[in-house]
Amino acid sequence: MKRKSLLWSLASLLVLTSMLLSACGAPVTTAAPAVTEPPATEVATEAPAATEAPAATEAPTEPAAAAGPSCGTDPVVLNAYFETGFDIPFKLAEEFTKQYSNVTWDIKQDQFTNLINSTPRLLSGDNPPDLLRLPTMVSFAKQGLLKNLDDYAAAFGWDEWPVPQLNQNRVAEDGTRGSGALYAMGLNYSLTGIFYNKELAAQIGMTEPPKTLAQFDELLAKAKEEGLLPIMQWGSAKSGMGLAFPLQNLMAAYGPVEPINDWIFQKPDATIDTPSNLEAAQHLESWIQNGYFPTDINAIEYTDANARFGKGEGIFIFNGDWQNAGYDTDMPGNVGFFLMPPAEAGGSPAAMSAPLTFGIAANAKHADCAAFFLNWVATNETARQIDVTVGGSNPGGPSGLDMPSVAEGSVTNETLAAGPVVGEAGTSMDFIANATSSIFAQGWTPELQKMVGGQQDAAGLLKAVQEEYERELTQ
Amino acid sequence: MPSSSTTTSTVRSDNRPAASTLSRRIFPHRMVRREAIIGWLFVLPALLMYAAFVLLPLLLSIQYSFFRWDGIGPMSWVGLKNYATVMDDPDLLGTISNAFRLVMFFSFIPVTLGLVVASVIHRVATGRLGAVARTVLFLPQVIPLVAAGIIWGWLLALPGLINQILKAIGLDALTRAWLGDFDWALPAVGLIGVWVLLGFCTVLLLTGITKVDPALYESARIDGAGWLTEFVKITVPLLRQEIGVCLTVTTIAALAAFDIVYVSTAGGPGNSTAVPGIQIYILAFTEQRIGLASALAVMLMILVLAVILPIQRLSRETL
Repeated sequence: MKRKSLLWSLASLLVLTSMLLSACGAPVTTAAPAVTEPPATEVATEAPAATEAPAATEAPTEPAAAAGPSCGTDPVVLNAYFETGFDIPFKLAEEFTKQYSNVTWDIKQDQFTNLINSTPRLLSGDNPPDLLRLPTMVSFAKQGLLKNLDDYAAAFGWDEWPVPQLNQNRVAEDGTRGSGALYAMGLNYSLTGIFYNKELAAQIGMTEPPKTLAQFDELLAKAKEEGLLPIMQWGSAKSGMGLAFPLQNLMAAYGPVEPINDWIFQKPDATIDTPSNLEAAQHLESWIQNGYFPTDINAIEYTDANARFGKGEGIFIFNGDWQNAGYDTDMPGNVGFFLMPPAEAGGSPAAMSAPLTFGIAANAKHADCAAFFLNWVATNETARQIDVTVGGSNPGGPSGLDMPSVAEGSVTNETLAAGPVVGEAGTSMDFIANATSSIFAQGWTPELQKMVGGQQDAAGLLKAVQEEYERELTQ
Repeated sequence: MPSSSTTTSTVRSDNRPAASTLSRRIFPHRMVRREAIIGWLFVLPALLMYAAFVLLPLLLSIQYSFFRWDGIGPMSWVGLKNYATVMDDPDLLGTISNAFRLVMFFSFIPVTLGLVVASVIHRVATGRLGAVARTVLFLPQVIPLVAAGIIWGWLLALPGLINQILKAIGLDALTRAWLGDFDWALPAVGLIGVWVLLGFCTVLLLTGITKVDPALYESARIDGAGWLTEFVKITVPLLRQEIGVCLTVTTIAALAAFDIVYVSTAGGPGNSTAVPGIQIYILAFTEQRIGLASALAVMLMILVLAVILPIQRLSRETL
C-alpha cells in the first residue's frame, strides 16, 4: 500500500513538474500550446495573405554606404528569428539575398506569444540571433541583452529620419521608453483606425467618414436602429481583448496623447486613471450597453472577428493596416478606412502606430550586416515596395523618398494617406496593451471582459489596470 | 550450518555438479547482489531520465521559490516572500478556487458516469457492441488535448453547432457564447474535461469489473437482484481500488489543468476560468517572475498531494 501511494504521489509530482520543466532552461523551440497571437500587441497579427511579390526586381547597384557597416563580400549566414505567419521579413530576406548574394539566411520562426516567452533565452543563449522580431524591448535592453544601435544610427544617418520613427524604440537607462539609446528598428510603421464596410455604410447613409465623435455616435445609433451590427470586434482572452483599440482611440479623442504615451513608456508617476480617460472609458461602456458590439465578443478571436467582418457582419471594425491585404481579399473594393475622429470639431484625429520592431542581440556575430539590412529595408526601392505590398504599412525611412505604388482600390491607399495626417498633428501613440509585458493579459483583457459582462464599470476598469501596472513595475 | 552437511553429501557422488551447488549454496548473498546489480542496471536509464527531468526540476523549482529571479540575471534571496505574495493576491487564490470547481467536472462526473456506463456495458453489451462502445468512449484519449480544445471552442461558439442544435429544438433562449459567458465558461470547460476523461474512467472500471468473480453476479441474479442492487452491492465495493485510481488521476488533471483551459478560454472571460497552471505559465514566461511562479507551483503540488493522499488511503482501506 505504501509503495502504491508513493507511486501516485510521484505520478502527481510528475504531472506538476512537467509544467515547471520548461522553466528550467528549456531550449529554444517552445512547444507551447497553440494560441493565436494577441493582435493588439503591436502589429503582431495574422499575416495578410501575401499579394504577389513586387514586379520586376531590378537589382539596384547600390553603392552600399561606402565605408560604413556592411555585409562585406565574404559569405555571411544571418541567424534570424521571425514571427510565424507574418510574411514581410521572409520576403525581404529573400530579396536581400538576391541583391547581396554573399548573404544567406538561417531563419527560425515562432508564434508571437511564444516569442514573448522565448526571447530572453534566445538573446542570452549560446547562439544569439543577428536579427530578431522583438515582442517587447525594455526588459531586454535593461538586462543588456540587446545591441545598442546608436552607432549604426549615426553611421547610416537614421538620426535624421522623421523623429517619431525611432522614438518608440529608444530606452533610457531608467527603463523608460521614448528617449535614450536606440535598441530596435521598425521594418515598417503600422497605423490603426476604423475600417468600414462601404456597402453597409451606405445603407445607414454614411457618405463620408465622420468628422467628430458625435457624428460617429449618430452613425452607430443609426446602424443599431437598422438592425445591423455597428462594430465587429474580438475579445477572447486567447487573442487579447480587442476593445483596447476603441478604448484607446476614445482616450485620445477626449484628451491629449502625451499622458497616454508617458504611461506606455513607463515614465515616473504616469497614470492611466485620469479624468479624460474616465470619460473615454464611460463612453466605451455606453457603447457596450447600447449593444454596439457582438454579444459573444468575449469569445471571439482575432481571426474570427476579421472573418465575420469580411462576410458582412458589422459596419465598422477597429484594427490596423497590417490587416489591409486580408480585407482587400475578403471584400475587394468594399472596405474603407478613416482615423478615429476627435471629440471636438476641428480637433486632430489621433491613432495608435507602432514600428514592426526588429533588434540585434548584444552578442550577435554579424551585427554589422544585420544593421545594414535594417537600413536597406527602409531605403531600398524594392524593399519599400515589398513593405507596402505585403505588409500594408508605411515603410518609414528618410523623408525624401517616394512612397511605393499601391494597387488601385486597395484600402492601403487610404491607410497610407492617413499616416501623414497623424504625423503632422503629432498625435501618434503606442499601444496601451504594450505598456508592460503582461498588462494586456493580466490587466486590460480581463477587466474589459468584465465590463462586457457587466461586472466592471469605467472607474473600476482604470483603477484595476493602474494597480496591475504598478504591481508589475514594482517587481 | 546446514549448508556444510549438504556439501559433504554431494561431494561424494560427483565432483562437478557439486562445485556449482557448492558455490550457490555457500555464496547466496553474492548471487543476490549480482542480480540486484543487474536489476539496477535495467532501471538505470529510466532512473537517470527520471532524476534529470523530474526530480532535478522539482528540486530546482523549490529552490527558485525562495528567490527573486527574472530567469537571466542574478538571483536574490527573498525567503518566504513569494509564498506570502501568493497568499495575499486574491487573483492567485481565485485560480485555486477555480481549480477546485473543475474537480467537480474533471473528476466526480467522469468517475460516476464511468461507473454507470461500465456496469451497463458489462451487463448488456459484452460482445462486439461493448468493444465498439469502449473504443468510442476511449477515443478522446488519443486526440491531442490542444486539438480537442480548439474543436470544442468552435462547437461552443455562438455560431457553433451546440447553439444551432439548441435553436433547432426551440431552445433559443439558452443559446449563448458558452466560453465567453461569466457563468457558463467554467462549466463549459468542465464539459470538455468530462468528454476527455469519461472514456479513460470507463475503460479502467470496465477492466476492473471483468476481474470480479462472475459467480458473484450469478448468485446475485439467482437471488433476484436487479441491476441497481448488483451495482451498489457488488460492483462499487469491489471496484474501490479502480475508483481510487480514477479519482486520483482525474483530480490531478483538474487541479493541474493547463492545456484544455489555455486552448479553450486562456483563463477568460475576466478571470473566471483562470487556473493555477495558467497563472504559473504567465508569471514564469510572460512576466519573467520565476520565483513567484515556482512558489505557486510548489503550493499547487502540496495542494494536490493533500487532496490525493486521503483518496489513496480511503480506496485502500478494507471494508
